[in-house]
Amino acid sequence: MRFEGTKDYVATEDLKVAVNAAITLERPLLIKGEPGTGKTMLALEVAKALGAPLIEWHIKSTTKAVQGLYEYDAVMRLRDSQLGDARAADIGNYIKRGKLWEAFEATERPVLLIDEIDKADIEFPNDLLQELDRMEFYVYELNRTVKAARRPIVMITSNNEKELPDAFLRRCFFHYIRFPDDDTMRAIVESHFPGVKTRLVNEALKIFYDMRKVPGLKKKPSTSELLDWLKLLLTDDVDPETLKQRDPAKLIPPMHGALLKNEADVMLFERLAFLARRENRGGG
Amino acid sequence: MFQRFFTELRAARVPVSLKEYLVLVEALEKDAIPPNVEDFYYLARATLIKDERYLDKFDRVFGHVFKGLENTVDAVNAEIPAEWLKALSEKFLTDEEKAQIEALGGWEKLMETLAERLKEQKERHEGGNKWIGTGGTSPYGNGGYNPEGVRIGGQGKGQGRAVKVWDKREYKNLDDQVELGVRNIKVALRRLRKFARTGAPDELDLDGTIAKSAREGYLDIVLRPERRNAVKVLLFFDIGGSMDSHVQLCQELFSAARAEFKHMEFFYFHNCLYESVWKDNRRRHDEKTATWDVLHRFPHDYRVVFVGDATMSPYEITYPGGSVEHWNEEPGALWLQRVAQIYERCVWLNPTPRQHWDHTPSIQLVREIIGDKRMFPLTIEGLDGAMRELSR
Repeated sequence: MRFEGTKDYVATEDLKVAVNAAITLERPLLIKGEPGTGKTMLALEVAKALGAPLIEWHIKSTTKAVQGLYEYDAVMRLRDSQLGDARAADIGNYIKRGKLWEAFEATERPVLLIDEIDKADIEFPNDLLQELDRMEFYVYELNRTVKAARRPIVMITSNNEKELPDAFLRRCFFHYIRFPDDDTMRAIVESHFPGVKTRLVNEALKIFYDMRKVPGLKKKPSTSELLDWLKLLLTDDVDPETLKQRDPAKLIPPMHGALLKNEADVMLFERLAFLARRENRGGG
Repeated sequence: MFQRFFTELRAARVPVSLKEYLVLVEALEKDAIPPNVEDFYYLARATLIKDERYLDKFDRVFGHVFKGLENTVDAVNAEIPAEWLKALSEKFLTDEEKAQIEALGGWEKLMETLAERLKEQKERHEGGNKWIGTGGTSPYGNGGYNPEGVRIGGQGKGQGRAVKVWDKREYKNLDDQVELGVRNIKVALRRLRKFARTGAPDELDLDGTIAKSAREGYLDIVLRPERRNAVKVLLFFDIGGSMDSHVQLCQELFSAARAEFKHMEFFYFHNCLYESVWKDNRRRHDEKTATWDVLHRFPHDYRVVFVGDATMSPYEITYPGGSVEHWNEEPGALWLQRVAQIYERCVWLNPTPRQHWDHTPSIQLVREIIGDKRMFPLTIEGLDGAMRELSR
């Protein structure tokens, strides 16, 4: 079982090593990086490349660690028993399996994605230590231990909104997805839009990287935004020349909505473009 | 060899534990990678480093330990630490160090400049024998306090793309790499937590359930909204200059705050608040945010915490153009007033001991502006008082 990237996902060398090490040593892989650099995509692609089923567990601020194991719906059971339902006699009917349980008892070795773990409460990662380490947990209600027959490939993503505890980090492999450099970016664009016009890509990338350099943007456009934007440019069949001419009258690039996601950023950009225009005029 | 690598990483204060080292050995045993240096580098990085802020240190240690193999590592980022400079001051450069720098990217030119500077410095300082970090003078730059030494940063891959940062005053970014080991800070953290946890309680509303069930005649579960950490905090850090001696303390506070508050924004300023602030101190000259934007963006229910020694010339507060770094149109006092007006919950944490406050006119001035009772010393009691003031 080795991951070598897929045709839709350009994996850098260091990323491959990290993924393969995590697969070989059966330890979770923690992925960090700027939003939109393909952290979640990675898990999907790894599952696709290995032909393994993917189990996704998306974390919200209200998610509790036990929800990943199982939930015992005592309220439902109480209600059923009041109504005299026969199901109430068996506690097993009211145990809802969580994603971790699902992953542990899967017939094939699955890829388990724990998405945006930093969204949850500070204690969340600590509560999963034992479960991810030993890949087993105990169900009190059923009085039995659920143990992974095959340790799933666990991928965890984080947007760095919270610090993760050391004890948790120690059990993971870690990879930081750097923002792709120009060459990698071209490879990524090529993999998404095979045969795209080089000139268009050149101009688009130039604008894109210029835009990322603008100081004070609230949300810098990232890979996924670039891809969306290119898609729009392609469907609209925008001429590379339009991108190139930098018409001062048109202050910001066409379809900028795909790149700038926030009206403050658009305004900032317009202001800068306005200043640039004034400078151009002043300088003749 | 690996063990030396491990100990050197520890020596460089990269938090690696025995467990991670064993995992690395296990991975090598299981042939997780093809046997070449590059893959080993990636594997070691994925195994030992758990936070991107240590990547740079890791690269340096790796390059250092596996000397002779490091040409396969293309991303290097060198920082000349103060110890080096101290060594330099005694014997200029040893061959070893020269080799080291060259190995890291062949920055002959850089070294030339360094040597030149050192020569100049020697002439100017003839008779003296202390060069670095004494009495708040810096051998390089423009007369600031700079105990961290000179930073030479190289970015990206490839050779010789080092950027010299001689002339700009480069302060260490207030990152949060300080471990909260000290008991004091832990206590402080608890104080902060107390303040952060104010809000509506959550969980199953037991009383409500009992009351409702009694009224309705059957079991009726009542739930109430979840308790959230609703406190929003805006931090302004004074950075550089006279604050250098308090950096450690501020870093610890910053770490604590960052772990604790979900809604936390921070900005840096220098000495006094003026029309712009910044978020990345290394790029403070290019990436600034207008203070007006900050005041507009964050609603008045944010709690504002200034951290600074407020120690400066009074002109820096009261006069337009008083700033030591740039021309400010409006006096700093006006900006502080604006903040104090917009945010009714606002405190100033001052790392200088309280007994010095009365002898420093600028501290008095700041206290007059933001409110006499709103300045607190950066101590456990002070922090406690400040948090109480904020959660009032």
